[in-house]
Amino acid sequence: MKHLRQLEDQSIYIFREAYKHFDNLAMLWSMGKDSTVLLWLARKAFFGHVPFPLLHVDTSYKIPAMIEYRDRLAREWRLNLVVGQNKEALAAGMNHTMGRVTCCTALKTTALKQLVEEKGYTGIILGVRADEEGTRAKERYFSPRDKNSEWDFRDQPPELWDQFKTIFPEGTHIRIHPLLDWTEINIWEYIKLENIPFMNLYLDRGDGTRYRSLGCAPCTFPIKSSARSVDDIIEELRHTTVAERTGRAQDEGRGMELLRKDGYM
Amino acid sequence: MTTTQTTPREQLNIVIVGHVDHGKSTLLGRLYADTGSLPTGKLEKVQAICRQQGKEFEYAFLFDAFLEEQEQGVTIDTARTFFNWNGRQYIIIDAPGHKEFLKNMISGAARAEAALLVIDAVEGVREQSKKHGYLLSLLGVKQVAVVVNKMDLVSYRQDVFQGIEKEYREFLAQLKVVPERVVPVSAKLGDNLVERGTAMTWYTGPTVLETLDLFKKETARAEQPLRFPVQDVYKFDARRIVAGRITSGRLKVGDRLVFSPSNKAANIKSIEAFNVEPPPTEGQTGQSIGITLDEQIFIERGEIASHEDEIPLVSTAFRANVFWLGRRPLEYCRRYLLRLATREVDCEVAIIHRIVNAADLDQRQGGNAVGRNEVADLTLRTKSPLVFDPYSAFEATGRFVLVDGYDISGGGIVTEMVHDEQEFLRNEARRRDFAWVKGEVGGEERAQHYGHRAAIVLFTGAAHTGKSFLARKLEALLVAEGRHAYLLDAENLRRGLDADLSHSNEADAIEMVRRYGEVARLLIDTGLIVVSTTNPFGLPPHKVVQAIRTLVHPAPVIAVHMSKTDEEPPPTTDLHFAGPKDFDAEARRIIEELKRRGVLAHAIGAKPTFQYSI
Repeated sequence: MKHLRQLEDQSIYIFREAYKHFDNLAMLWSMGKDSTVLLWLARKAFFGHVPFPLLHVDTSYKIPAMIEYRDRLAREWRLNLVVGQNKEALAAGMNHTMGRVTCCTALKTTALKQLVEEKGYTGIILGVRADEEGTRAKERYFSPRDKNSEWDFRDQPPELWDQFKTIFPEGTHIRIHPLLDWTEINIWEYIKLENIPFMNLYLDRGDGTRYRSLGCAPCTFPIKSSARSVDDIIEELRHTTVAERTGRAQDEGRGMELLRKDGYM
Repeated sequence: MTTTQTTPREQLNIVIVGHVDHGKSTLLGRLYADTGSLPTGKLEKVQAICRQQGKEFEYAFLFDAFLEEQEQGVTIDTARTFFNWNGRQYIIIDAPGHKEFLKNMISGAARAEAALLVIDAVEGVREQSKKHGYLLSLLGVKQVAVVVNKMDLVSYRQDVFQGIEKEYREFLAQLKVVPERVVPVSAKLGDNLVERGTAMTWYTGPTVLETLDLFKKETARAEQPLRFPVQDVYKFDARRIVAGRITSGRLKVGDRLVFSPSNKAANIKSIEAFNVEPPPTEGQTGQSIGITLDEQIFIERGEIASHEDEIPLVSTAFRANVFWLGRRPLEYCRRYLLRLATREVDCEVAIIHRIVNAADLDQRQGGNAVGRNEVADLTLRTKSPLVFDPYSAFEATGRFVLVDGYDISGGGIVTEMVHDEQEFLRNEARRRDFAWVKGEVGGEERAQHYGHRAAIVLFTGAAHTGKSFLARKLEALLVAEGRHAYLLDAENLRRGLDADLSHSNEADAIEMVRRYGEVARLLIDTGLIVVSTTNPFGLPPHKVVQAIRTLVHPAPVIAVHMSKTDEEPPPTTDLHFAGPKDFDAEARRIIEELKRRGVLAHAIGAKPTFQYSI
């Protein structure tokens, strides 16, 4: 388990750098396995406290059990939860049938931009991992976004040793990625090691399927699996060669590069 | 062949570097494909994209994720990829080879513990092959293996391989780097990558995959002296936790820690951790930890804790090798922000000794600026004292970055300390502080009781500028407001404490300054705001001020400069009053500054908001 502690130490270091350098800091929490591990690491870094708000970008299409889980943990762990929603787009009837990239852009990217603008956050902590897909593999731990939240991946700042980009022009913000070095299997190994509560949607609840990655109900599909415990999941992942985000429709074609360039998480 | 499926025992970061088009991404893609480490469908997906775009499939496309990278066939930014093999979780960092993306290559290599350096057998050793080799040695990547790629294009000839091996080994030897292995491969066809193949039977060394296994996880740092840079101090609840990451050595509950450069000392009372039962009693290299101390001492981010017998260096000057990545050149005498461990301090380039051409290690002397992608041997001078180690002995506390404007624009390693004028007094202050005998009442209690922290207000300026008058006014005003202030005039020491010294002798004058500083230090320890009207003792005024600053360190110093005309004040001045005087307003202004610096609480009579002592 030494490798998990090494990952943990690096993530905690990043959290503490973020907290020290950003007065207006917030963390995205989607209630999925990654951002819940992220939340747990924040509690580790700050000795049981979470000294910044947690943002949930609610598309209104999330699986209902996710909202119940969110509210329960927020209560039990005394979290400062901020929910953001692109109400205009929803009122105009935005949904995935209008095009997946269009829907993700409106209900997630735009909703996040609105929230950042409204609250004036200068640092946002996210649970993206390098092994999820190609563009995330090229991220920095501290990754700048311009006034329109756009990512200039052609010209990323140098990141040397443990010195990160913490100075930035007004109106821009920094995305902070403490989980960049973690793999999917590390996430589950850590959930087991620390006994972190997670949603049972990730387990086979009797129908021979489970969710491997959670998003909006219409665009996230369960995989065939008989994993009924964290141990089963770890065992399954050790032998699978199917990509984690296979059940995520937005990844098709060049969807992710386009989304992320414009400020998607 | 499939990946071994066990829980990894450790994690190792490896970077792949080399000249553009020498086949780094291809090597990586093929390594993953041949070990069965690619997700199902990944290969087919990329092959389909290639067919669509009407071009031949290359393994490099697997990790060149950006459309632009695939279209141009060049890696722009480093990619982290993951790979489990033989009980290890590897993060393999694919770094770009194009010289335009050197900053991205460095960002990748700076994370690595070992490197694979790829050289094209047809093109041989090229500019970036050398530059990358040189930068690896500067970045502290000590484990390097060389991969001679595209052997298929030279008909797998042993003499071609040996020629390149000889040339490159000689180059690395100048950097005192000995490569673990030099491996001939064809990444495209897979020879000597995972499988040996039959094309190069003359080669009996390890394959690339076996070479990865030969790299060691660095563990030596745990046996070094302790370095624990303070990252932050938290007070979320009743605990006051000093947080940070141990960069070398180890510590345990009960250890006496000294903090540099403040010279504060205390014992570790506990090691705090969330969801760990029973609580830990020791910490070691690499761990991000939090400790509480048995005494309420005021320490802040940037200080480095160590054990008392093995303390780091402190100076305002040091010599370093710096590589520059900034858009603007690194210029002599311009101000930059220097970050070393968790400390940030202003600095400037005092001397450019020489500039090294990384491609042939040719050197040129001097100059006024270091250009983008150049490496230079410099002396840097910092505005306030910096704590550091020589890089040869300590990795994390021996290297730093320089920030120009918004961006990290360069990095460097400390080659040696440069002695500055304050060294003698600084060492005296250190020894004195470490041995200081304390009563039951600490600085914290005194500050709570008095309603303010201790500090010193230092007046500078020529004779007859009203220094003395303003100092008296300030003392009176502070006391009238219920503060504990005291005017310390050098004249008062002259016939008593300094009775054995003569003003006319320079050595005596220096001793007078030292005694004055020690008296000020003593008064500060009693919790007073010392108002100082030093005369320059016949010495250059800035030297006197520097000496006093060193001796009272780390107490807050408010330097007030007074002049009749609008002259340039000394560099460390906090407030400058020039021209005709309004002494009441100026005294008020100083009080405002004391509030701003957290010496005084903001409202008189209100409970002071500070929670620390000096």
